[in-house]
Formats: sequence, structure tokens, C-alpha cells
Amino acid sequence: MSATYILFWFLSALAVVSALMVLFSKNPVHSVLWLIAVFFAISGHYILMNAQFLAIVNIIVYAGAIMVLFLFVIMLMNLNKETEPRKNIWMKLAGAIAAGSLLMILVSLVGQATELSHRNLLMKDGDIGLIKNLGKILFSQYVVPFEITSILFLSAMVGAVVIGKKD
Amino acid sequence: MISFEHITKWLQAWLNAHMSPILVLAVETVLIVILAIALFAVLGLVLVIMERRVAAFMQIRMGPNRVGPWGLLQSTADTVKLIMKESIVPTHADKFLFNLAPFIVMIAAMLILAPVNFAQRFHIWDLNIGILFITSISSISVIGILMGGWASSNKYSLLGAMRSGAQIVSYELSAGLSILTIIVLCGSLKVSDIIASQETGWWIFKGHIPAIVAFVIYLIAVTAETNRAPFDLAEAESELTAGFHSEYSGMRFALFFLAEYINIFIVCAVGATLFLGGWMPFHIGHLQGFNHVMDYIPSSIWFFGKTFFLIFVIMWFRWTFPRLRIDQLLNLEWKYLLPISMVNLLVMTVVAIYHLHF
Repeated sequence: MSATYILFWFLSALAVVSALMVLFSKNPVHSVLWLIAVFFAISGHYILMNAQFLAIVNIIVYAGAIMVLFLFVIMLMNLNKETEPRKNIWMKLAGAIAAGSLLMILVSLVGQATELSHRNLLMKDGDIGLIKNLGKILFSQYVVPFEITSILFLSAMVGAVVIGKKD
Repeated sequence: MISFEHITKWLQAWLNAHMSPILVLAVETVLIVILAIALFAVLGLVLVIMERRVAAFMQIRMGPNRVGPWGLLQSTADTVKLIMKESIVPTHADKFLFNLAPFIVMIAAMLILAPVNFAQRFHIWDLNIGILFITSISSISVIGILMGGWASSNKYSLLGAMRSGAQIVSYELSAGLSILTIIVLCGSLKVSDIIASQETGWWIFKGHIPAIVAFVIYLIAVTAETNRAPFDLAEAESELTAGFHSEYSGMRFALFFLAEYINIFIVCAVGATLFLGGWMPFHIGHLQGFNHVMDYIPSSIWFFGKTFFLIFVIMWFRWTFPRLRIDQLLNLEWKYLLPISMVNLLVMTVVAIYHLHF
């Protein structure tokens, strides 16, 4: 058992337990905080793969920005245990079955994918996640999808402003 | 001449000669933790006494002058008082989150210390995205503030936390853009590379007008980010009692208070690194004699001198400008600072591409 192994299992367990706690917490604010813990565990995984830039961006974008907005909204709406609507048991069952089927499909697809099989994960010495390599690839090989994504973000922002301005 | 670099090298050699590699790592980690906590304690005490002395100086009065020589032990006495006080948890508070919040703010402040270069080759972890690391971890403290404000189940705390969070999130943008302006010039996010690129002169002198504009915007943005006057409406005493930490008392309050001062130190250290050359001595062109005299001053003194100068400037702001209203605060950020810093970044990119800087 090397240190990398111990860290990997610790982070994976942390991610799975936190993700389950997101679902099982009665209080929405607790759910959001558990979700932040999930993002931190995922960032830890990125660091294990020597993708420091991805790890930090994951923290900035998800834990730092999106989750803070989530917290804002949930705290302002003052949601708590009492105001949570009671759902029908059949609805819960249907949701569990649908989500379980999706999970099964995804797992089987990943298992069959030829691209992924017999490939080793680069631990510690991979350098594709470093900012220099990632930037070069994003701005040469994948420049068109990258720019289209940014236009998508811009249009979403403009849309939010337009909706917000309507009285 | 003895410098921090010599001490760390000597210590590492001595440890390697006497222990196994894993044990060396463990001992070094423990040493770093002790040093970081000691730095925190000393900085907290020094900055509080400095704040009160600067305030007294601005208002032509004496300031603390009873405890210890020249009142220097005043903040130590205050800390002892805070440790002895009972920490009260409100009945309807979310106990776990209420207790956790000060520690999250504190841990975020501690993590940011990692990439800071305190002297020549004296740092904890010089990772290759140092500046990005600092900006990302500083956004974590927002979570701690929101958590503390919400968990105290007090409307004033919640409102204070909301104001504080909104302010930090929005001013982070222009602080980030002004940091980016300097990153464009040096082409690296690594802190030691940024300092090395300023060997011939600090960026504030070399980078023409865009660097000066970025420096001013950075100072305004970090003053707002650390919730200090004139941007301290998050804890406007007259309307919100004390903001997000209204319900905190004793040591938990002290942790919030300490984290606030540590954050001031860190943003000033980053400003000194980016714009004023970090530990680089002040050089003037080809004046050999003058440059040699400057080189004799140790790098740690240069770094702490610049950082404390910036801290003094931020304390100076507090007694110079009146507090802003919330709409003025948001207007300043979104209608003035953000567009100016975006245009500034474009101008700086042109400067960097055509090598117009010195």
C-alpha cells in the first residue's frame, strides 16, 4: 500500500459518502455543504493525477462560485426541514428506478468502451493537466468547440440579464 | 551573511544526515505547521496594535499606551481576555456548522500562505500555479462566512453574511483581472517566476500606465474583499450590530477577527509580490554603487517592508474615506472597476505582445 493508494481510497470514500449525504440530509443547506465536500474530494483526485490546474479550477468554479450562489439562494429562501414538500412514495420509487437504470447504462457503456479499456491512468507523472499543455491544446486543437462554449456562456449571461430586467 | 535560505538548507542537510526520508518529511511538516501558527499569532498581535496606533496617529491621539512598553502588549492582553471568555452558542443555532465556520475561515487563510515567497528561496510550496491557488482558496472563506451567518439563526448575522459574500464575490472579479494584467507580462503563474521577472525593475515601474492602473484597482478591490472601511458595510455597526459574527463570542470570535487581519496581510503580500517585486531589492538602472547598497539589505526585510507599507496604505484608507452605501458599492464594482480593468487587460496584452515594456 503506497501513499497514493491510501489517498485514492480515502478520497473515493470521502466523495461517495459525501454524495450520499447530499441526498440524505434533510436540510438543504447541509446538502449544499456536503456537495462542496464532494467537489473537494474530486479536486484531490485531480491532484493525484498531477492535474493541478484542473483541480484548482474545479475549486474556483464549483466550490467557490456556483456553490456560493446555491448557498445564497437557499439561505435567502429560508428552506428547512419543515417547509420541505412531502413527496408521494410512488414518485420516490419511480425516481429511484429511473436513476438506477441510467446508472446501469452508464456503467455498462464505460465497461464496453474500447477507447478506455487496457489504458493505464497516469499517476503523479502525467503532465496533460498542467496549465501550459492544457492551454496549448485548448487553443490549437480544440479552439472552435472552446470558443463556441464561451459564446454559450455569454448568451446565458445576457439571457439572465434580459429576464432580470423585465418588470 | 545569514539568511532564511541558509537556515533552511542547513536544517534540511542536518535532518537528512540523521533520519530516514519519511521521517524527514514528517519533521519538516510539523516544523512548517508550528511556524505557520506562530506567524499567525505574531501577525495577529502586531497588526491589531498597528491598526490602533495608525488610527491614533491619524486622529492625533495617543492610542494604547498603558500595557507594556509603549502599549505594545495591549493586543496580547486582549487575546488573553478573549481566550478566558465563555463561548456562547445560541439555543436555536445549528451547533455543528456554528462551531465549524470560524475554523473554515481560518484554514482557508492558512492554506493561502503556501505559495507566498517570504524571502529569497524561502517558501512552503512553490507550486506552478501559485497565484491561481491563492485566488481560488480565498474564495473558500466566503463559504465559512455564509455558514457562520446562517448557522447563528439571527437575521442580522444572515444579512451581514449575505452582504459580505456578495461583496467578496463581486470584487474578486476586478482583483482577479488586475492580477491577470501582471500575469500577462511575466507569462507564469509561479510566484518565484513572477519575482524573478522583476529583477531589472518592479512591474509598477516597468509596465507603463496599465500596471499603475492595475495596481490602483487591485488596492481598491482587496480593500473591499477584506471587508474593510470604506467598504465595511458588511459589519456596519449602526445597522447590522456586527455583521456575520454578531452571535460569536470568546475564542470563536477571535478566530474570525484573526482571519480578517491575516487576509489583509496576505492580499498585501500578493500585491507586493506582483507589483512591487516581492523580495527583490530596489534598483535604479546602472547606478552600481546604489544597487550594491540596496543588495545588502536582506530579502526578508524587503518583502516585509513592502507588505507592511501596503498594509499601512489600507489602514490609511480607513480614516480617509467615508463608508459607501450598498448601491454605490455595487455601482463602483460593476460599472466602473470591472470595465476599466477589462480594457486595461487588453492594453496590457498589446504592451506584452509588442514588448513595449522596459
